[in-house]
Amino acid sequence: MGVLLLLSLVLITISFRQPTTGALHGVQGAGATVLRPFEVGAERLARPFQDVYGYFRGLVHAKRENKQLRSDLDRARQQLIQFESAYRDNLKFRDLLKYIDGPRFPSDYSPVPARIISRPESEFDQQVVISAGSNNGIAQDTPVVTQDGLVGRVTNLNGSAARVTLITDDESAVQAMDQRTGAIGLVRVGQGQGQLILDRVGKDANVLVGDVIVTAGTRSKQYPSLFPRGIQIGQVISVGQTDTAPYKAIQIQSYVNFGSLDSVIALVTKKHVPVAP
Amino acid sequence: MIADAGKAAAVLFVAVIVQVSILSNVDILHGRPKLILVTVVAVALLRGAVFGAVAGFGAGFLADTGTFGMLGFTSLLLTLAGYWAGRYGETTGRDRAHAPVLSVAVVAALYQFSALILHFMLGQPAPAREVLLIGLAPTVLLNVLLTFPVYALVQRLLPPHGWAERAREVRLLG
Repeated sequence: MGVLLLLSLVLITISFRQPTTGALHGVQGAGATVLRPFEVGAERLARPFQDVYGYFRGLVHAKRENKQLRSDLDRARQQLIQFESAYRDNLKFRDLLKYIDGPRFPSDYSPVPARIISRPESEFDQQVVISAGSNNGIAQDTPVVTQDGLVGRVTNLNGSAARVTLITDDESAVQAMDQRTGAIGLVRVGQGQGQLILDRVGKDANVLVGDVIVTAGTRSKQYPSLFPRGIQIGQVISVGQTDTAPYKAIQIQSYVNFGSLDSVIALVTKKHVPVAP
Repeated sequence: MIADAGKAAAVLFVAVIVQVSILSNVDILHGRPKLILVTVVAVALLRGAVFGAVAGFGAGFLADTGTFGMLGFTSLLLTLAGYWAGRYGETTGRDRAHAPVLSVAVVAALYQFSALILHFMLGQPAPAREVLLIGLAPTVLLNVLLTFPVYALVQRLLPPHGWAERAREVRLLG
């Protein structure tokens, strides 16, 4: 027993010191050469069994791997959706920031960015709910805009949310003017659902297709406008008049796409906010 | 004695060939079959400590040769395994039906542990977590299962001597 252990240790020592050279390596090579045919024979004999074993093992492995990959795929899909959503939000917020920092943003107003948390339930309901309320400085009749133009005004609110009536609502009316000519009118909903018109514009006004319509803003200190001056509303897409009607028939295409409204800016001011009639 | 040695050599040779060429790739739930170890333990239980130690050394040498492993590594471990199993068979393991199973279970666990330490001492990779935490229990279980057919086969080739004769053998060695 002791001799065998000693011999084993000697073999280990020699192998450790000369792993690829020396007499012992030659002996090992010769032994391996002698064993090789037996190994090959045994391997060939066992190959069919190994194949069957390998097949079932692979099947189990593939099943487990498939489950894992499906789980990974689901996770990746969720991440992709989150990333895409974050990317879109990022683009929108960049646009909002650009608008807030730009010259078009009305002075004397502070921006309160908010997300749309509730949309109109039907095409007859032209109101949305935003994720900011009186806690954020928003008050009744606070104007709400996007970087594209006027959206509406706050008509109801609590501490954390506010309902915004869109300018496409039947009861909405915004004092507006043609930016080029200064012709004053009233933007409200026309005959078609959601179609805006510029009403109360005299026949003598030289309004043309393509003119930009903006909010008229405060015209008198006694009756200040609900909206600050110069906020874009839309572009004139048709101008007409009849002999019987006292005013021009002017149709406007809003700059804001109300169908894809996602985030808005409430314009908060410390100035006196007039109460809508 | 010579006939026994011939039979043992033949069965160990087959065990080495099967282990090296077939079973070395088998991994069942992190358990690895060790046919040489089980065969050496079976031979040692039936023929005693010295026979077992020699069988272990020879089988280990052959295995290291066939796999181009470090010569002496497997010999050292299997010599100890064969000697211990043989001593157990000569003394405590007499008349006990569970002796092969118990021997293989203990030897397999000690073999794994010793191999890990030896690898570590030689500066070779010694993944203790994989060997001891993940692989030890399945390996022991798998080799215990392997014991039944292997021991039955070895017992048929090397039928146990009468207890009186074995006792004499022990006295001679002592």
